[in-house]
Amino acid sequence: MSASLPSELDRPALARGRSAAGTDPKSVSAALRRAEFGDRLRSLALAAPLLLLLALSFGIPIVLLLSRAVYDPTIADALPRTSQALGDWNGQGLPADAAFTALAADLSENQARGSAYELAKALNARLPGARSQVLKTVRQLEGAGGKPPLEVMKSVPFWSAPGTWPAIRTGTHSLTSFYLLSALDLRWNADGGIERVPPEQAIFLQVFLRTFFVAGAVTLATLLLGFPLAYLISSVPKGLAAILIVAVLLPFWTSILVRTAAWTVLLQKFGLVNDLLLWLGIASERLDLMYSRIGLIIAMTHIQLPFTLLPIYSVMRTIAPSQMKAAYSLGAKPFTAFRRVYLPQVFPGVMAGCLLTFILCLGYYITPALIGGASDQLISNFIANYVNVELNWEMAAALSFILLVFTLALFGIFARILGLDRLKMV
Amino acid sequence: MSAVEALSPSRAPNADAGGFVDFLDVEKSYDGRAFAVTRLNLSVARGEFLTLLGPSGSGKTTTLNMLAGFERPTSGTITLEGQPVDRLPPYQRNIGMVFQNYALFPHMSVEDNVGFPLSVRQVSKADIAARVGRALDMVRLKQFGDRKPSQLSGGQQQRVALARALVFEPSLVLMDEPLGALDKKLREHMQLEIKQLHTMLGVTIVYVTHDQSEALTMSDRVAVFNNGGIAQLGSPDDLYNTPRNSFVASFIGENNTLEGTVDTISGKECRVRLDGGGELTALAVGVAKGDACHVAVRPERLRLGSAGDSGNALPASVDGRIYLGDHLRLLARLQNDQVLTVKVDTEATMANGQAVTVCCAPGDCRAFPADAGAAGSNSKQGKTK
Repeated sequence: MSASLPSELDRPALARGRSAAGTDPKSVSAALRRAEFGDRLRSLALAAPLLLLLALSFGIPIVLLLSRAVYDPTIADALPRTSQALGDWNGQGLPADAAFTALAADLSENQARGSAYELAKALNARLPGARSQVLKTVRQLEGAGGKPPLEVMKSVPFWSAPGTWPAIRTGTHSLTSFYLLSALDLRWNADGGIERVPPEQAIFLQVFLRTFFVAGAVTLATLLLGFPLAYLISSVPKGLAAILIVAVLLPFWTSILVRTAAWTVLLQKFGLVNDLLLWLGIASERLDLMYSRIGLIIAMTHIQLPFTLLPIYSVMRTIAPSQMKAAYSLGAKPFTAFRRVYLPQVFPGVMAGCLLTFILCLGYYITPALIGGASDQLISNFIANYVNVELNWEMAAALSFILLVFTLALFGIFARILGLDRLKMV
Repeated sequence: MSAVEALSPSRAPNADAGGFVDFLDVEKSYDGRAFAVTRLNLSVARGEFLTLLGPSGSGKTTTLNMLAGFERPTSGTITLEGQPVDRLPPYQRNIGMVFQNYALFPHMSVEDNVGFPLSVRQVSKADIAARVGRALDMVRLKQFGDRKPSQLSGGQQQRVALARALVFEPSLVLMDEPLGALDKKLREHMQLEIKQLHTMLGVTIVYVTHDQSEALTMSDRVAVFNNGGIAQLGSPDDLYNTPRNSFVASFIGENNTLEGTVDTISGKECRVRLDGGGELTALAVGVAKGDACHVAVRPERLRLGSAGDSGNALPASVDGRIYLGDHLRLLARLQNDQVLTVKVDTEATMANGQAVTVCCAPGDCRAFPADAGAAGSNSKQGKTK
């Protein structure tokens, strides 16, 4: 009994050992997957609080906000009767008198509720000039005495003008492409097609182009300044490298507002930069650096330099000095060695640094607001203006959405060219 | 034409007169105060396998870097085939080099790595392909041509580095601790492989290592470096059997060192009084009467005997035994408390504390001046073979 006991105990263990080591690879890989699934679940659980925070404070608000670019119930909510009355209108000519009556009733009710101004503004966004007409009509409806509302409506030519009713009808649709099209300087024409808005109304395409141009110029400038500096830092002895890195990072640790304010002092017409240029004889008269494109690019380049430099430096640091020595010893002249051995190896860092700077530049707000002139405002300034001043969140959402799409597309192209795993972000 | 013939440089027949590479009074200082290399005179013969051996900081890598062109001598001249190369940048020296960390280009395939020295020399594409193929064939890596270096093992990477350094048919190849990153077994295998390539191709190889067994296995001659100079230059055999100073004696192979004072000198031999008691007879290597000296004797030249044996016989007691499979090392404590290692066969049965007599022939003991660890006073030496 006592002799047979151990062998009895061993049997299941032996059976397990056979199946694990043995002939059925499928069950082994399944077991491996199960084990790894547990590991993955555990690591996911570690990140869960962060993911939750991101979803609640970042993901959901962004989705809600961006959805306003295509979902705007303001007019539909304000004009319920009109929406209903327009339900069977074919869109040709003027709608039936019932629609006029319904609009009059809706306008009076909005006036009674105190929301007439809001409605006027919302309509104005789609129908230039509508604001004053709405407010005028509302006042006339109020002071009409016994005059029937239909007559009041007909007496205002605006309401019988071509284009008014189609705009009202599209406004009563909560789901709209109006803002997204506007963000690209496009609109629906009377035939139901998409057309460019007249040049005097077009603004956003130009602003997008300007934003991309400034971002590109700043990226190029930081690359030209940052690459040699990164090379220097990676090749000097450790102690000196640490000092240089601190020198690069020092402005990095200062708030962007403070740095921008510092540049407004330096770039003044009677500021230090102009003094220096005059003293050196580079400029013969004082330049307008403030409120100009060039001043904006100078300040942004200064702020963005570490973002471009650090990824490049971190890649350069990993390249052993023996790489270049090997290239030389194999017969490569310095420039050939640099082009064929060094550059391909730092390329992922260069790409990462440039991409980082370019994307950050697309969202610049404070610096163009303070240093740029009226014609140097970037897309973020327009978005902020729509949010803070115009209170047109729909337009802001539409511009944000277009910017996001452009940015993601750009990132996608980079990733496609380079492979995402080769983008070495520090 | 075989791969081997294709890669052989044209060998000048019997170009033994005058060195292929000559260092003439070369000195190197990095900071202007201390010298990394002092008054170096060294001549490398064509086709020779010369190893620079020494502890880290002894100047051997600096010497190699000066030859490669990565460092410039502070003073002195280096000549290659009689032409001074001091002003020649590394890419014009036509010297192949193999680095400790291989220094393969990670963004290029194995083929492109090996083809690199050819493509920078504007060799035609078809020619490159053929020569790269032969070079990879030579290191038995033909089927790995389109892999990236990171997909190869350490030994394979080192073979790629070898192929790359040999493919452009340099007459001189430098190797800077090329096997340092490999494990012991692979290292021994690669030693043989490098040695075979050297024999096949007839190139001149200057090899740097701190591993003395590597140096002894592969080299025609070894230059033992210490404190920026050559402590001794000679064949592996010379260095092992007739070291000229206590540094070489203790650095090459295993040696017992006994401290003492020279009592009398008679001809080649001297009588040494050991510190703390005991006496023995040894070969006098640069010592004078009354000098403090180090006596070096190899464990395999010591044996256990009896007090009446001829030669040196030192009474001792067994202090411990180290089993090494094919033999046994016995630790024998002398009366003056110095411990000697004695190589004995595994049948020896000695208990700890047992009294024994350690014997050796006077010709196997070498007495060096005690303060001659530092070297650097070498005059120019030709090939001793």
